Order: sequence, then C-alpha cells, then structure tokens
Amino acid sequence: MEIQKELSMVKQKQMLAEQFMELSQVRETGRKVCYTFVPGNLTELIYAFDMLPVYPEINSLQSGMRKKSEEYIREAEDIGYSEDVCSYVKCDIGMMLQGNIGPTGQQLPPPDLLLLSYTGCFVFMKWFENLKHLYPNTEIAMLHIPYQEAGKIEPSAVKYVVDQLKTEVIPKFEKVSGQKFDIDRLAEKLKLSAKAEELLVDIFDSARHRPSPIDAYFGGVYYIGPIFTAFRGSEDCVDYYKELKSEVDYRVAHKLGPITPDGYMEKERFRLVVEGPPNWTHFREFWKLFYGLGAVFVSSTYTRVGGVYDDGFRHSPDSPLESLAVYCMGCYTNRNLPQRIDLMERCLKRYQADGLLVNSIKSCNSFSAGQLVMMRDLEERLAIPVGFIETDLVDPRYYSFSNIKNRLDSFFQMLEQRQTIRVSDDTLSDDVVV
Amino acid sequence: MKVFLGIDLGSTTSKAVIVDADGHIIGRGITNTRSDYAVAARIAQTEAEFSSRFTLLKRAVAVRSANGKNWEAIFDSLENRFHCLQFELRFDDLIAAMQANEASVADASLRSRMMAALPEVAVEVKETVRKRFFANEVSATSQFFRDLFNAAYMRALEWSHPELFDEMVALYDRSINPVENREMQFNFHDLVQQALPQLPQEYQSAIADIQACLKEIEAFDMTPADYVGTGYGRQLLPFQEKHIKSEILCHAMGAHACFPQTRTVLDIGGQDTKAIQVDGLGLVTSFQMNDRCAAGCGRYLGYIADEMNINVGELGPLALKAGYAANICSTCTVFAGAELREHLNLGEKKENILAGLHQAIVQRAFGLIARSGGVRNEFTLTGGVARNPAVRKYVTDMVHQNYGRDITINTDPDSIFMGALGASLFAARRK
Repeated sequence: MEIQKELSMVKQKQMLAEQFMELSQVRETGRKVCYTFVPGNLTELIYAFDMLPVYPEINSLQSGMRKKSEEYIREAEDIGYSEDVCSYVKCDIGMMLQGNIGPTGQQLPPPDLLLLSYTGCFVFMKWFENLKHLYPNTEIAMLHIPYQEAGKIEPSAVKYVVDQLKTEVIPKFEKVSGQKFDIDRLAEKLKLSAKAEELLVDIFDSARHRPSPIDAYFGGVYYIGPIFTAFRGSEDCVDYYKELKSEVDYRVAHKLGPITPDGYMEKERFRLVVEGPPNWTHFREFWKLFYGLGAVFVSSTYTRVGGVYDDGFRHSPDSPLESLAVYCMGCYTNRNLPQRIDLMERCLKRYQADGLLVNSIKSCNSFSAGQLVMMRDLEERLAIPVGFIETDLVDPRYYSFSNIKNRLDSFFQMLEQRQTIRVSDDTLSDDVVV
Repeated sequence: MKVFLGIDLGSTTSKAVIVDADGHIIGRGITNTRSDYAVAARIAQTEAEFSSRFTLLKRAVAVRSANGKNWEAIFDSLENRFHCLQFELRFDDLIAAMQANEASVADASLRSRMMAALPEVAVEVKETVRKRFFANEVSATSQFFRDLFNAAYMRALEWSHPELFDEMVALYDRSINPVENREMQFNFHDLVQQALPQLPQEYQSAIADIQACLKEIEAFDMTPADYVGTGYGRQLLPFQEKHIKSEILCHAMGAHACFPQTRTVLDIGGQDTKAIQVDGLGLVTSFQMNDRCAAGCGRYLGYIADEMNINVGELGPLALKAGYAANICSTCTVFAGAELREHLNLGEKKENILAGLHQAIVQRAFGLIARSGGVRNEFTLTGGVARNPAVRKYVTDMVHQNYGRDITINTDPDSIFMGALGASLFAARRK
C-alpha cells in the first residue's frame, strides 16, 4: 500500500521486492528457507547460515491489508479451525492451503526449517505443530524463551537460552544448511544490527517534539518493518534507517507533523500512547479515525513487540549468543505486567501524552491478557483518560466501524475536556518545544 | 432569562431537558424513539418546553397568590388534563388514519364490519384513557401515546369485538407508524384554556390566579440560547458537530450534577450499558460499554414483558414479590425468552422467574463495571432501567457484596433524563 512518497518508503518496498524475489528463486539458487516468528527473531543467525527467513505473521498481516485474510480464514475454518483461534494462524494456514502465494503475488517456498523461538506467545507452538503437519519432512528447531516473571533477566536464564542455541538451534541450522557455524560472521551482522537499532531509537524518540514528526503507531508499523523482519543485520537496513532519520530530522527542523495518507498532519490536537497491535484489514480507515481529528500516536507498545531498545539493549558483536538470548527475553510481550505498565508510564510521561488508548485484539491473547489491569493502573497512577476499543488483527468480521467510532467519540471528548492536563517529565531536554 | 436545551436520543426513548443559566432543570420531555429520529427529538423538545412553561407558570402563580393553595396538586391536575387533550388530538389523527387505511382490507364484508366497529371501539378507548388521565394514573415519563392507545384498544376489542381482534390489531399496526412519524402541532395557549375548565371543582378557584399569570408565561421565548444533542442517535440529529456530545460524557455530567461525589456511574439504557468512572469534577477518566450483544439492557426487559404479556413498568414490582430468584443464564436475550417459557412449563412462579431475569441483567452489568475498574464511592445508577425497583434491589445487593456496604448508592427520580441533563449542562456551560 502506497501511503507516502518518501525515499525510505521506496527503499523499503525495494528491499521487500528483492527478498520475495530471492524466496521465489530458491529452487534455482538452492538457498534454504527458515520460517520463524517476529518477536525475538534470530534473523542474523539465519543469514549467518546463508538461509532466507519467512515470517508467517507478516504474511498474515499483509494478507489482511490486501483484503485476502477473510477468504484464508474461512478456508482454515472449513478444515476445522475454531472461530476463536488466532486469526494470524488461520490466515497463514488458509494461505498455505491455497498455494502459499505471498504478498507480492509470488509463490513462497516451503520451509526447510521451522525455527520456533516462542516469545510471549504460546500459540506459536501450536502454529508450528500445524505447519509440521503441512510440511511433514521439515526440520524443527525449538528455542524455549523463559518469560520474565520476576521482571528481570536472570544470568541463569541467559545461560539456559545460550545452551539451547548451542545444543539445539545451531546444530539444526548446520544440518539443514550444510554449513558450519561461524561466530565471527554472526558478530559482523550483530554490529550492523546495533547500528540500525541506535538509529531506530532516535527516530522513535523524535516524538518528544511538538508537533511530533512521526506517528509511532500507524507510521511506526512501517518503521519497524526492516528491523523486525528480514533485514536486521544488513547494510541495507542501516541505510534505510539513515534515510528515515534524515526525513524525520527534516520534519523536526520544519516543525512538520507526520505524513498520513492525506499528506502532512496539519494540526496536532491529541498526543496518545497506544497499547496493542493495529487492525490490518481496515488499516487506512482505522488510521483516519485518528489523524482526521488531529490525534497522533507518540508511542506504541506494538512497535516494541519485535524487541525493546529504549532501555539501552543493543545486539552485541562482543557476546553474540548472549545478546541474542537477552534480545529474545526482552521483547515486549515476554515482559510481565508490571514491566509493561512501567514502560507505558515512561512513554506517557516522556512523550507528554494526553491519554492512553488500548486496542484490544479479539484473537491475540499474548497482547490482550491483562490490558484492563494495566489500563486501570495507569489511569490511577497518572490521572489520565484511558480509552478501550476492540478490533482484530486480520479477521474483518470483528471490525465494527460504528462501535469503534462511538467509543472514540467519547474518548476524544474526554481528552478535549482535559486538554490542560499535561504530564510533566524532568528528563525532557531543552530543545523540546512545549 | 436564558434557557438551554439538552436532547438525548436513545434507542428506545428520546429525552429533552431544559435548564436555566444556573443549570437548574425547568422542564423535561420524553417520547418513544421512532424511525424518524428528528420527529422524536422535536416531540421531546416540545414536551420539555410545555413542561418548562408549567414550571414557570407554577412559580409565577405561587409568587402572586399567597393564599396557601396546594399548587403542586393543582398543577398536577392541570398538566394531566393538558396531556389528555394532547392524547385526544393524536388519537383523532390515528383513528382518521385507520379509517383511511380501510382499503388495505381486501374482503369487503370484513371491511364493512371493521369500519362499523371502529367508532364504537374508539369511544371506549378515549373514555378509558381519559379516566386514567383524570385519575392521575398516567405517568408522562413511562407511557407514551402508543402504549396508552394500544393497551386500551386491545382491551376494548377483547371486550366488544373479539371476532375482529386480529384484523383490527393489524389495521392499527399499519396505521400507527406513519402517524407517529408525523409531528403534530400543539398550541399551548389553546390547550391550557381547554384544560382549565376541566379542573376538579375544588381547584376551580385557582383559575383566576393562573389566568392572570398565563400571558406572561406564554410570551416567554423558549428558544434555547444553546443546545447539545447526545445519545445513540446523536449523529442523526439535525445538529452541527459542535452541538453533539458523547452520551458517556453527558451521563457522567448529569450524574455529577445530581450527586457531586459520584465516582462510578452505571447507565443501563435501552440497548447499551455503560460503566463510567469519573473524577471529582465530573470528567470521565474511563468507561466500558457492551458491544456485539445487548443482553442485560432495557430491551431485554421489554422483550420479557412482551413474552409475559405485561407492561414493562410492572416487571420490577412483580419481581420484588419473589420468594427467591430462579436461575437464569444471562448471556442472551432471545434464549432468556426460551428459558422463561421452560421455567413456566415446569411450574415455576412468575415472580421468581422475573427475579432471576432481573438478577441476570444486573450480573451482566456488573461484568462491565468490573472491566471498567469496579465501583468507587459514590455510585450512581442512571438510565431508564434505574426506575425499575427490582434492578435497584439487585444493584444494591451486588454493590454491597462486591464492593462493601460503605458505598453510597444514588438513584435520582430523573435517572432517565441524566443524559439529556448532562447535555443541557454542557450547553449552559458554553454561554
């Protein structure tokens, strides 16, 4: 979907086109394919074995944006998947049943390896069990990521994950790819990852400005594309973020708001933080409900689902496997509720938000569980208005425009009433215009 | 004096409230919502204007005459007669429409029997309703033209023409909707002049005082200085965006105005239930409302009343007579109807079933409250369903059980007008 004409967008499209082209040519090139998940993905490791990654979640969301998801979901329901099963899973299974045609219209190759690194989502395990039935001869590598129940990453947990990488994951990669593991190769990629991560943090932090030069949710989902999927650890990825950063810097210098499908947002009326993924089937319509009223998202938890970098974590070439382990455990949905509340509180303060919105996803338990508790806690801690809407990832049957609009009308009017309330934060730097 | 108007266009009823510049209510109007929302809104507004004129008239008369008369009772009587005259004008319109619809009956012999029966039935209906108005039995906030006519018409048919019952009811069904969607013009002056001589003998001496103040009140300009519309149908009101406000904020504001210590509001309306948390200024901090399913709302009670063939207003008092609450699953209005019949077949008492149904509604609403953050002190119940005494009983029980006995529970007699009151206060604040 063409939403902005900036160079970064064009570059991302090119990168994706090349990736899908490579995937469509594996029969000729002989490259091996690894299916894996976004949260806590081991993309650098996949490339360290010259394999190509495929992310079923991304294919599902792309299907949602291309209005194909309902057909795929029905296909999966026809063979017995219940109405309550995660719609990403059903969409992905339905797409495979219909020939595995990817978002670019090219057929995706079957997996040679299913890398299950489940992080904060227990459906992933069942998802790949089902893929194993579809592709019975495929190897599976399983990486168990401990949940941050105690709110911190224990050294023993890092060791536990690293041990699995050494004894389970890497040997499977070696077997499938026929290549020996080269830690220096991995380290090289991680060096590039850290560079891109540094840029990404700066880009999202630009929302401190007024007006915010970015929409950290609707724009944010594009900004996280390269780093959370097939490109982290590549020069291309670093170049993408350099370009994006220069565009954001330009908007800051010219006091411009984010770019929406209708051009620059002219007047910033409300600054919001949002918890939960967006709806993909009505993405533009959903976005317009906000930008049409001058509401901009200054921060979102969804853009941290593939990794949290705010607290200083970077992939490290000095301790490659350990940093992969910490990365996996640090993902947003692998954090406990108090950690998620603290993170949102920091965002609400740092980005001087007027309110918090929760978009609760009908078929996503890993995100939705606990949202009401978190919402209530933040409402009490910060005395800010909180709003709650419900949609789904890619099942259009759960998107009711009038229900959402009705709730948002009330929410925006609550914000209007409290326009005077601002949460101050003494960590703000001087260059922020208030 | 400036007046401000708030209109709450709900899924079942449309309400209007007029307040003065200090935010005090001077008039209320209500009608059933119909397919033409604008007509419903205008009728509610007109009724609120009439109600305001009566309020102002009563105040003026009380000031003028220090003769110790019971002006409350006199004005109750006067307003009842005024409403009865309004009923009769609408009634004439409906009977004329039913006569005009005679061609819809294909069988000539049936048609002529129906048309012969209609005037006779009409006289009976008019007389029955008039008696009810004059005996102060009609509540302007719960019985609308359609309900009053319907109840009396059915009874008259059963009594005098049971053989024509189905056909005559079908004729009414065909005629009522177009009549309801037409706005009827009423002249306040003319109706008051007709109503005054109908006052009971003991109030006749008050007429001179009323007449003396009437001119000034009739001349009073009731055009609102500002107005705000809210409710489920607010987007359909012929108002500009700046005159539209969310019902969540309006209910919170109305509840806050009546009970300033309110922190949690539960509004049970016709088709949605809202749990709202407010701060000390009456500003909403969060809310939850039902979607995808309207079980547990006013419509549920309406449906049950239809199933039991009783008036919706009778449900609560009947449920309070229960020995215990029968177990009713609270998940679906339609299935609740089936459950109701099942219990009746098993010989369960009506009262116990109704108690169970009321409890189920309240349990459902408390699910929403829990999602919105629970009950904080004080707790205010709003919406039409708040008038139901059995709902109030189970709400009180649930609050005490789940949130402690220290919670103060408020219900205003004007609970159904809370949204409209909040809207009028938003209008008044913009002055």
